[in-house]
Formats: sequence, structure tokens, C-alpha cells
Amino acid sequence: MVTSGTAAARAVVAAVTDPELPMLTLADLGILRSVAEMAGQVVVTITPTYTACPAIQTMRQDITHALEQAGYPGAEVRTALAPAWSSDWITAEGRRKLAEAGIAPPGAVRGRPPGPIPLTLVPFESRVTCPLCGSPATELVSEFGATACRSLRRCTACREPFEHVKEI
Amino acid sequence: MSPTSEPDLAAYCLMLGDDALIMSHRLQEWCTMAPELEDEVALANIALDLLGQARELLTRAGSADGSGRSEDYYAYFRGEDEFRNVWLAELRCTDFGQLIAALLVFATWRLALLQQLTGSSDEMLAALAAKAVKEVTYHRDYAARWAVRLGDGTAFSHDRMEAGLAHVWPYVPELFVAHEVEQRLAAAGTGADPAGARAEFEEILGQVGAAATLEVPKIVPEASSPGRDGVHTEAMAPLLAELQGVARTDGEATW
Repeated sequence: MVTSGTAAARAVVAAVTDPELPMLTLADLGILRSVAEMAGQVVVTITPTYTACPAIQTMRQDITHALEQAGYPGAEVRTALAPAWSSDWITAEGRRKLAEAGIAPPGAVRGRPPGPIPLTLVPFESRVTCPLCGSPATELVSEFGATACRSLRRCTACREPFEHVKEI
Repeated sequence: MSPTSEPDLAAYCLMLGDDALIMSHRLQEWCTMAPELEDEVALANIALDLLGQARELLTRAGSADGSGRSEDYYAYFRGEDEFRNVWLAELRCTDFGQLIAALLVFATWRLALLQQLTGSSDEMLAALAAKAVKEVTYHRDYAARWAVRLGDGTAFSHDRMEAGLAHVWPYVPELFVAHEVEQRLAAAGTGADPAGARAEFEEILGQVGAAATLEVPKIVPEASSPGRDGVHTEAMAPLLAELQGVARTDGEATW
């Protein structure tokens, strides 16, 4: 049941920022599943971007702390694995903030035909624009970056390296 | 479909969880040893993904067997004969060619199992598999691209990759032997059938071999899966000593 109380609590949680990508709120990142009130206690459900996302522990603390500050002590934070998070859930606002911070936002997740997942020996040509100079001439350096959700690319026009949030 | 008995589910979660935990440890050993900084980061990321899968699975084992034991208990306070991982996961890899071969085989096999598990009747296994499929797809591509780069590179790199494949191949047949727990869970629609992963495995390895100019050996079927019964190679004891040493030195430590 949604009450004005839970709507206010939801607004508090939605404004909490990601510890690794502090320019994004949890709402921007699309990991906030639900905020409910059960027996006077706020129960927040979030989903990890990756199974082992180390930021989850910090997010959990940040959420309970923010709620406590706003007058909702003792909140419970649950994590849900299903449905699996997709980079498509990053909001338009989130994408704009990422680009502004020099991190290329993800493109749309590529649909996959049914059947076994095909091997990809040559990386897909993603059309990633350099967030620094705007050139479309960029290349993949590594699919694994500083965190599980980011890959490393470089711009062949301005020659600057930059990060890209992976499509997943 | 007969209902799944919980002890079977707990044992199965340990199998899948231990595969991920032990392989993750072997990958972590490569921190500071990889050929390039980008590969340091890649291997650490892959190890972290597997560790995340292991944590979920070991936690699930503790709820399925009714003991309520934590992931830390299973990781740090079990003896060698209580680990249920396949031998491939514990194999020592001292050369980058060996590591890439082990990762290619492991990720290809695990991805085939995980795809089956997305349809599991167990809600948690299905949810974890759906997530892990996305992660392990990246792992398989990473290993396959390195196998091609080395295999189809210089004569020297080709030989190293070929030797790497020869190093891991004796441990491949075990991957496709269904333990009785796996058989029962596959029949119940909860688990994946390892034998059912073989066609996809051979197809993918064939594609990599063709692109890498490497001859992929045939799989000679085997009757037993010793790792699944807690019988391990001599590489396992030193691995566990390192993995469990700190936790066992101070049993009340928290982190």
C-alpha cells in the first residue's frame, strides 16, 4: 500500500548516491526496486548491478543512514537478484550525468536470439562517442575496468582514455 | 516432477558454489602476475564475479540444509574432503597460457550449465543463473580472445597456448560426468545436466580452436567425478591453507 509516508521515504532513498559513481542517484542507476512500509518499518529493495558488486554494502548503510536522518529509523534493506539488472534501466537523467562526468553511458542492450549464447571473438562495434571531445572515433581497450560495470575505451581523435558503462 | 529434497539442493549449491570459489581463488593468485595492467584488472574482475556467485550459492546451501550456516563457515571452516568442486577449479596454473586455457574451459562449461539453470524450478538458482549468464559470457569471450591471440600469434605464443590446453585437458572429462545429486536434480527440473552441456562446449571450443589454429583434443568420457565426492588433487591442500589461513588463525575475527 502506498501512503504519503512511503512516498516521502521513497524520495529519500531515491536521492541517495552511488558510492562508486557519486554523480548518480540510486534512482538514476535504476537499482531501486521498491520502498514499502511494513509494520511501521521502511523496507527498501534494491538489486545489485553485478552479483558481487562491492558497493552494495555501502549503499545499504547509506540508505539506512539517510532514512534515519529523515525520521525513519531502523529501515531494512533487502537485495533481489531477479529480474537481473540491466544497463537499460539507467535513466535518461542518469545518462546525461554520466556523460557530463566524462563516462560514456551504455548503449541499448543488444537483443539475443533464442538458443545458446554465441561466442564473440571480435568485440561488437559499439557506437560510443567520446564524452570529452564528442568524436565517434573511439576504440575498446578492455572490457574490464575499475569496477565490474565499466569498460575502458580510448578516443582516437583527442587520444584521451575514458570509461564506458557496459551494456549488460 | 518429484519434489526436491533439501539435502540434495544444499549439496548441489556447494558444488556450484565451490567451483566458483576455488576458481576465483586461482584467478586472484594472478594479481600482480598478469602480462599487462588491463589483464590484471580483467582477471580480478572475473575473480570477483565468481566470488559473488559463490557467496550466493554457499549462503543458499546454509538455508537449504537447515543449518543456517553462513557463507564464511563454508568457505573458511570446512576441511578439504568437504569441498565439492571439480578438479579443474583447483588446478595450479603457473603460465599465462595455462591460465587462459583453464579459464576458457571453465567459463565455456559453466556458461552452458548456467543457461540450463535459468529455467530451474528453484527460484534462487534461476535468478542467480540469469544474472551469472551475463557475467560469464564476458569471461568466456575474454579467455577465447586471448586463446586466439596467443594461438594464432607467433610460433612461441602458439606453443605456449597449445601447452596450456594440454595442461588442462586431463581435467575436462570430469566436467561432463553427472554425480547422482546432479542427476536427481536435473530430473526434478532444479539442476543442470552436465552431460547436456557437452555439445555446446565442443561447439565453442571448436570455434576457438579453428580461429586460434589450435587442435582441440577429443573428450574421452570418464565414469567418475572425484571432486564432487570430496576427493581432491594434491594442489588443493596448499590452496585451502592460503584461502582459510587468516580466518582459522582468529576464528572470531570479523571483516
